[in-house]
Amino acid sequence: MPLIEFTDKGLFCRQGNFYIDPWKPVDKAIITHAHSDHARPGSMHYLCHHFTKPLLQLRLGDNSYETLDWNQPVFMNGVRVSLHPAGHIIGAAQIRVEYNGEVWVASGDYKTEDDGLSGAFEPVKCNTFITESTFGLPIYNWKKQPDIFNDIKNWVARNKEEKKTSVLIAYSLGKAQRVLQPLSETGLPIFAHGAVYNVHQALINSGWKLPGLTRVQPGTPKEDLLGNIVIAPPSADGTPWMKKFYPYSVGICSGWMQVRGNARRRNTDAGFALSDHADWDGLLQAVKATRAQKVFATHGFQSAFSRYLNEQGIEAGEVKTEYGGEEEDNKSEDFKEGEAINTAPIKEDPL
Amino acid sequence: MKQFAILVNILGTSTKTNDKLKALQNYFADAPGKDKTWVIALFSGRRPKRIVNSTLLQAWCTEIIGISPWLFEECYHTVGDLAETIALLLPEPAASEGMNEQYTLSWYLETFIRIGKEDEATRKKFITDSWQQLNRNEKFVYNKLITGGFRIGVSQKMMVNALSKVVQVSSSVIAHRISGNWEPATTSFENLLSETGAGSDYSKPYPFYLAYAIEDDLKSLGDIDDWQAEWKWDGIRGQVIKRNNELFVWSRGEELMTDKFPEYNAFKELLPDGSVIDGEIISLAVPAETGVFKPLPFAALQTRIGRKNITKKQLLEAPVGFIAYDLLEYKGNDIREMPLLERRLLLENIIRAVQHPSIHISPVINVNDWDALRQTRLSSRDMGSEGLMLKRKSSIYQVGRKRGDWWKWKIDPLTIDAVMIYAQKGHGRRSNLYTDYTFAVRDGDKWVPFTKAYSGLTDKEFAQVDAFVKRNSIEKFGPVRTVKPELVFEIAFEGIAASNRHKSGVALRFPRMSRWRQDKKPDEINTLDDLKEMLNIYNQGNGNNL
Repeated sequence: MPLIEFTDKGLFCRQGNFYIDPWKPVDKAIITHAHSDHARPGSMHYLCHHFTKPLLQLRLGDNSYETLDWNQPVFMNGVRVSLHPAGHIIGAAQIRVEYNGEVWVASGDYKTEDDGLSGAFEPVKCNTFITESTFGLPIYNWKKQPDIFNDIKNWVARNKEEKKTSVLIAYSLGKAQRVLQPLSETGLPIFAHGAVYNVHQALINSGWKLPGLTRVQPGTPKEDLLGNIVIAPPSADGTPWMKKFYPYSVGICSGWMQVRGNARRRNTDAGFALSDHADWDGLLQAVKATRAQKVFATHGFQSAFSRYLNEQGIEAGEVKTEYGGEEEDNKSEDFKEGEAINTAPIKEDPL
Repeated sequence: MKQFAILVNILGTSTKTNDKLKALQNYFADAPGKDKTWVIALFSGRRPKRIVNSTLLQAWCTEIIGISPWLFEECYHTVGDLAETIALLLPEPAASEGMNEQYTLSWYLETFIRIGKEDEATRKKFITDSWQQLNRNEKFVYNKLITGGFRIGVSQKMMVNALSKVVQVSSSVIAHRISGNWEPATTSFENLLSETGAGSDYSKPYPFYLAYAIEDDLKSLGDIDDWQAEWKWDGIRGQVIKRNNELFVWSRGEELMTDKFPEYNAFKELLPDGSVIDGEIISLAVPAETGVFKPLPFAALQTRIGRKNITKKQLLEAPVGFIAYDLLEYKGNDIREMPLLERRLLLENIIRAVQHPSIHISPVINVNDWDALRQTRLSSRDMGSEGLMLKRKSSIYQVGRKRGDWWKWKIDPLTIDAVMIYAQKGHGRRSNLYTDYTFAVRDGDKWVPFTKAYSGLTDKEFAQVDAFVKRNSIEKFGPVRTVKPELVFEIAFEGIAASNRHKSGVALRFPRMSRWRQDKKPDEINTLDDLKEMLNIYNQGNGNNL
């Protein structure tokens, strides 16, 4: 029996009787991070990093939460479990599971570049590595964060010059916090959509130091907004809520913006390929650093990525999971243009 | 090149027509003269011949970065554009300053022309060396120059408008001056756009006048006596030009087609010098007993397009003729400002005098009121036409697509309900999204694929179907996914012809998805027999089997 099984409820450790990021309610759930496709409601007990807890409380309400620090082991029926920084968003963890000398690591979502907020990705040696593969094609190779931040700042400055409001689309948990620092360096007032504001407040309340922002209210005067900055989640893009900011320019922060067609489809004025996921080189680097004998690729281009790993002499398979899609602000099932891209699990190649 | 790459980037990413127009104007005001001529050439479909095929480009790219061809293919199907895929895969140049100023757009393009005749090693060296000098955006543009098809969100019309603003000449004059046969390498910007420049090329066609689909009620057009109604023929719009005792035949896509259709050779002798006739290049039969032409389906013309050597059999089965609509030049004078009625009389005289089975005048439909015309339109398909054209008798011959004086009034398309069975990712703004589908009809307990369609759904619907494909694919054949036959669509099309190149035995003209039939199940769709019956009904009398 493998240490972690792929079941219809999620990744399951039979020996320790717990699930990792289950997509159905279970007794005990270990949560890698607070995005809605990984942290789902209805389970009896949740275990996560203590940075993640306030975010889970915001999203899932009050539950039985247990928290751990980085690298602080906990034992469950003889299985040693510990959390290690994944560098994806604040609190995002890789889950290390050890039993009888065998080590598995479930990566959750991760990125290898240190964004200064989420903690630096920690390569964890293991026998078996379950890796995400959201951007598992070599066309995805990110610019360095400071360069993208410069692009964003230049875009904001240009908009200011043309007397337009800069509406920056960024996921409310993760990228919205990431872009705050460079945006605050422009010296312009920063406004935010309610979803972004709520996450910001939850983080501030749990002790994070973040640049300030103002929530857009129905009564916010138009002239306060003009030429300044608004951060909004993808679900707000193209809705009547945006009318208030006219004239504006929309910039989208997403790894998908790497490809021109995606940017054109979203009809955006500017696309910034800023991602909280590892690019192709990041994925390869992470896989190699684990020295795993066996790799399972999940959500994303798992088919191409695992085939490539096999070519490189690393035994790899694909797993179908229900992760993918950071539609954390878009709970309804309606498909917003662009957001449905690659969010559905690809099931044509079962393991 | 830097300047051009920036222009392409703005044109490709801007969402506002005004921004694009401004970017083009700025470019035409500042760029080096030779580059400007090349940009006009590129954006009007006159790119230099391809110096390498995409297989070689792909091979050189995978060789540089050391990945397997299958991985390149995966990337390509996700990006949906070869030039962009290569630009994304290749490493950025080490030195950020990079390009030398002397490497202008025209330098690159003229080098292409020069090395086009040299051996593969030389071409490979030039292209791979350039890849090392250019940054990602420039590399994309550079690759586009090689692979052609500059479909980057700028229409020829927009470019003409920008030029018109920069050189202060009306856009219809510009459209005419940049048409026809000219070599970008040897034509200067000033010469191309000057009055004398245009006069020196006697092959030059006039810009076509195009109609919009009619929007309002016919009654709003006023008195029917002010209008000339004709059938709308389904071929390729073209211009036949006889000047200096030479014959030129242009398609609307500004392709010179004179030599493609030997049927037209006779026009050189028969047409009076200094004539330009607007009309339809179309496959038609002229039964000896009636002498009245009968158009063949578009599929017949397709067997002739793009063929250099035509067999006797093809000439016999798909003879090509010309249906004349309008006269634009008479005895060497541009008569486009004359009212249609007068141009028509001159045209009738010319065609009558020519008396040749390959050229006919498009007959005028004579009815007394709009209701009668509405009735007549219902017989369009029997006539082998795709509907009606309405032209104001007093109309001058305008430039480009204009409202008001000319309207097209097409018949409703044929439709059939079908189930989607294969899907493939799209291109351009549909990159990484399953938007290209193959549809099947039912034949007993089998599905018989009969057409592909890419258009007709909203972005939201495409996103939903994309999600369905990702969740319900059965098998993978290269970029193609076989999909659980579950989603039913109404497929609309303009014509149907027999074809032995398709499993179903039919080929459709301009198929697209007209509706997503979420109310229908796959067992309620049409059958192969239904399709065959349509084929019989709509091809009566044509007797062609392609």
